[in-house]
Parts: sequence; structure tokens; C-alpha cells
Amino acid sequence: MKTDDLINALAADAKSVEPPIARTLATAVAAGAAVSLALFLFTFGLRPDFSETASTSIRFMFKFVLTLSVAVPAFLLVRGLSRPDFDARRQLWWLALAPVLLLAGIFFELMMLPAGEWEARMMGHNSFYCLEVIPLLSLAPFAAVLYALKSGAPSNPVVAGAVGGLLSAGIAATLYASHCTDDSPLFVALWYTISFILMGVLGAVVGSRLLRW
Amino acid sequence: MRAAIAGDEAAYRRLLADLSKVLRGVVRRGLAGVGVARDDVEDVVQDVLLAIHLKRHTWDTLMPLGPWVLAIARNKMIDDLRRRGRRPEVAVDLTQFDIEGEDQQPVIDAHDVTRILNGLSERNRDIVQSISIDGHSAREVADRLGMTEVAVRVALHRSLKALADIYQEKKT
Repeated sequence: MKTDDLINALAADAKSVEPPIARTLATAVAAGAAVSLALFLFTFGLRPDFSETASTSIRFMFKFVLTLSVAVPAFLLVRGLSRPDFDARRQLWWLALAPVLLLAGIFFELMMLPAGEWEARMMGHNSFYCLEVIPLLSLAPFAAVLYALKSGAPSNPVVAGAVGGLLSAGIAATLYASHCTDDSPLFVALWYTISFILMGVLGAVVGSRLLRW
Repeated sequence: MRAAIAGDEAAYRRLLADLSKVLRGVVRRGLAGVGVARDDVEDVVQDVLLAIHLKRHTWDTLMPLGPWVLAIARNKMIDDLRRRGRRPEVAVDLTQFDIEGEDQQPVIDAHDVTRILNGLSERNRDIVQSISIDGHSAREVADRLGMTEVAVRVALHRSLKALADIYQEKKT
């Protein structure tokens, strides 16, 4: 095909423009999160002491600081990564925010608790339940984010998919944290992290296949 | 590009024509030294133009257009090089084209388009050819085929997406 012929065809298709990618992503994330929220409220629900604990327990609140410190930077990064001209190398360090906060939390927890209690706190009561529920609640946001990214043009499909996976896990973990009664940073460090890594890796794998353009 | 995103066909055509000139230079320089023939430069330029078209909603209208275009061009060139790395037999063909010189370009282009357009259904191929090569408007094509203009536009858009996929498959 002559390039000029191709340009004729493209110009004739001028009116087919899709909505801006940032809007598509925001809508998709909101929809995915809403599905997970509904699923969460109908099946798991808030823990019974949610309102009392929330106002008194620093550990409980700190869980949300951690999950949101993944979800918020991941959302902003995914917005950038959906565009081809985004320079990821300068921005990806935002993902280090959560591990740094987590290390700080672990440090204080170890200072405050006698060594004999460390293991019990880390193993918690619901560890395997946690491992199932966070990925389960991740599914809707995961599908939504990857679908929206498909409409984008990520320069690096693997990174975009991985960060999309972290975003979905961040949303899911934020919901799950309001149900789970294990509040120690030691528990979060072990069990939540496994789910985040799982969804991140899944995102990278799916991204490498789905997000080429 | 802002006018183009707002649906202004004439402005869009001018922009694409200008971009294709710039891109030809960019791609030629980018692929220089890898033994890439002119026809393949044109192939990559077309691939980039298709990507610009299908992904123009990923351009942030508050940002300059240049870096966005170059980023797409860079991605498509990397794809192209990766394909060469994986399939060395393509590289052999390329040298052959190179020796035969640039007079071959129209022939090779015509050959390529037949193959690529063959991936489309008969009706879609007809629509793409009437609009691109014969320069008809969507309205005229619609009248001739007894379709609505909207249906022709939808078919055209689908065909362009299919063309981009065919370029993509050539790579993997």
C-alpha cells in the first residue's frame, strides 16, 4: 500500500476517536472496585468491631495506610504507563513507598512486642483465608484495569501489566483489611505481600501477552 | 492533532502527511546500520501511522505531540528489530531487496498490500480500497454498496484495526 493511500483511509476514519485513555482507566478502575466492594459487602462484610476498632487501634489503621500506599501510586503509575511517551524509570520508585512504610511498621511492632509473641502475630488466625480472599477480590479490578490498558499504548506491556496487578491487589487488600482481625504489621508483611506479588506477577504475564499493540 | 481528535478530516490528513515525512527520516536513521531496505522503512512508517491513528486517544492533549509520536515510532522500530532478530530469513530477503534498489518499491508495496488486504473480508477490502486508493468518500462507497454511511465508517475502522493486527502478526 502506498503510504498516501493509507493516509486517505486514516483521514476518512478521523471521527472514530476513542475517549481519552485517562478517562477510560478511571472509569474501569471505579467499576472494578465497585464490583469488588459489592462482592465484599455481600459475602465477607466489615468485621463486627469495625467502628470501635477503627478509632482506637493504630495497627488497624496502619493496614489501610499500607494498602493505600500501594493502590494510590499504582493507579497514578498505570495512568502514565498507558501512554507510550511516559518515562517510567523516573516514577517507578513510588512503588517503594509501601515497602518502606511496611519496614517501619515491622520495626515498631518488633520493638513493642516481646519476642515470644512475634510468631503468633505473624501467623495470625486467618492466614490462608487471607491468601484466598485478596486475589479473589482482585479479579474484577484486575480484569477492568487490564481491559482499559488494552485500549492504551504502553511502551512496556510487562511493567504496565504488573503495576495493574498491584493496583488490583491494592484495592482488594484495602477491602479485606476492613474484614480481617489480624492487624499486626507482621501478619500484613507475610500474607498480604504474597497476594501482592501473586497479582503483580499475574499482571506481568497477562500484560506481556495482552498489551502488545 | 487537536483538530483531528475533534474529527476534522482535512486537518488530520495534513497532519498525517507531514508526520509521514518526518517519520520516514526518523525510521531511516533509527534503522540505519541494520541493513534495512527502503521498502521496509516504508513498512515501518505505515505501521507507525496506523498506531498513531488507532492510539491517538493516548496522547495527552496538554503535552507536546512530538515526544508522543517519537515514542510510538521507537516502539514500532524496536518491534521491527525484534522480528528481524527472531527470524533471520527475513534479513536475507532484505539484503536482496537492497541490492535490487529502490525502483522495486512500488512493486513490493503492491505485493505487500495484496497480502495484507487479503486478511480482510471481501466487502471490507473493497471499502478500504475505494477509500484509500480510489479516493472515494465514505458517502460514495455507502451509496455504491447500498450500505449506510455509518456502516461504511464502522467497517473502515474495523478494517484499520485488522490491518494493525496483521502488521503485528508479521512480527511474532
